[in-house]
Amino acid sequence: MNLFKKNYFSLDGNEDKRKSDRRRKRNEPSIPDGMWIKCNTCKSIIYKKEVTEYKLCPSCGAHFRMSPEERINITCDEGSFIEFDSNMKPKNPMRYPGYNEVIEKAQKKSGISEAVVTGHGKIDGYEAVFAVMDSHFMMGSMGSVVGEKVTRAVEYATGYRLPLIIFTTSGGARMQEGIMSLMQMAKVSSALARHNEAGLLYITVLTDPTTGGVTASFAMLGDIILSEPKALIGFAGQRVIQATIHQKLPEGFQRAEFQLEHGFVDRIVPRTKLRDELAVILKLHSM
Amino acid sequence: MNETMKKVAVARKIERPNTIEFIEALFDDFLEFHGDRLYADDGAVVGGIACFEDIPVTVIGIQKGHNLDENVKCNFGQPEPEGYRKALRLMKQAEKFRRPVITFINTAGAYPGIEAEERGQGEAIARNLMEMSNLKTPIISIFTGEGGSGGALALAVADTVWMLENGMFSVLSPEGFASILWRDSSRVEEAAALMKMTARDLMKDHIVDKIFYEPKEGIENNLEFTTEQIKSALRETLPELRSLSTEGLLGRRYKRFRQYGEFTEN
Repeated sequence: MNLFKKNYFSLDGNEDKRKSDRRRKRNEPSIPDGMWIKCNTCKSIIYKKEVTEYKLCPSCGAHFRMSPEERINITCDEGSFIEFDSNMKPKNPMRYPGYNEVIEKAQKKSGISEAVVTGHGKIDGYEAVFAVMDSHFMMGSMGSVVGEKVTRAVEYATGYRLPLIIFTTSGGARMQEGIMSLMQMAKVSSALARHNEAGLLYITVLTDPTTGGVTASFAMLGDIILSEPKALIGFAGQRVIQATIHQKLPEGFQRAEFQLEHGFVDRIVPRTKLRDELAVILKLHSM
Repeated sequence: MNETMKKVAVARKIERPNTIEFIEALFDDFLEFHGDRLYADDGAVVGGIACFEDIPVTVIGIQKGHNLDENVKCNFGQPEPEGYRKALRLMKQAEKFRRPVITFINTAGAYPGIEAEERGQGEAIARNLMEMSNLKTPIISIFTGEGGSGGALALAVADTVWMLENGMFSVLSPEGFASILWRDSSRVEEAAALMKMTARDLMKDHIVDKIFYEPKEGIENNLEFTTEQIKSALRETLPELRSLSTEGLLGRRYKRFRQYGEFTEN
């Protein structure tokens, strides 16, 4: 059985280190308050003010995880983004005990109502529909709200004949919503089929991490698939694979560079160049 | 053991009839076709053409074995990307020749391995979801045993979804659910009860449209008891789906999957 994994950690066989890694990585997406932060890649201690709006490690260039707001700020023309469905909130289809509390906590922590922000915006004057996922919200897991918001964004793009750009980051299906979370994969993919049939452009930008049910649906369906450097991208979780095959996983397994080498990513684009490349792609598809 | 876990145990029984046995009981002239035309032939997915009474059909399913030798050949019913790509190739062929597609699902899930990832397990499943939603021929999916996650859904974007009494379909196994969400694998029974993964639960959620009963003596001892019900359902449903215009058929399929999800807006 595929266990859509929630945590990512080094596979060194050292349980204590793994546990501490896990705890640390859980905090990784948000750069914590305070003057200093530590880069999980190069382990440098960084003065927080040195981290620009691109959220890169000033020492090694590692791409830290971003919030949708931060992403939209570095991607869309100033003031061009109009959000859709910002009030949509999850119910509890499986009656999972404590789900409402988990959601409230995630809302407080992330400051947004669910794990994706969708809307209409512009890049260099070119219009597009955007969906930006947020790994700070329950690891970007896809439940009914994520599925519905993304589906509506796709349908809007189809209806207004607009290109669609989705920034993915997700641990996969939201297990607390049971089978309904799984069905979102089919729902979004069906909407994308119509956008595709209409001859419209769909770009995915894979960011760290993109796994499970999101990889196995809209992340891999872009006409053009871009990725940020070193992003973890895969279907099965590394822990599940290891438990199945009882072998060490190769260095760089399921990273963006691995996916490029195996033919599943068109281009790896550093974050500082992403907006410009998206603008070129939109321009070439509007001529 | 609670009711759900009893069903899970029945669904996983090694004696449970597999896809080839269902195909042979339901159809005539079955010819198995092999390969995805890209890389390999995955034994975990079987498929080909057959005849249901007077209707040529394409049949595809996930295959399990009854012993270790058979299970090695079909990888315990856990497809690699080639399996999903073979399924898609056969579905596109069915579309070309206007044959309805009938899929049989019985899998713990897509295989989680290094090579499966290298060859794009995620891409293969995603592609099937998108292509099936737009396949211009009727699709009927039948869950005969386990229905594990995306690896099962990749053959189940259908016009109507049916399930055997002891079939199941879930986002992950109850064992996985308990160990991931609660970090306590001993709570598997509680997880199974909560997950609403049985045929009856899924019918309430409109994920499953029809349930086929299994004989008291066990389906492995009397397959006909169940396949007779499937035959009569096919007799009724195939002409109905075939009579729809392509637009009508795809519109219905879109609506079916569009409805899923629970949320509020205020």
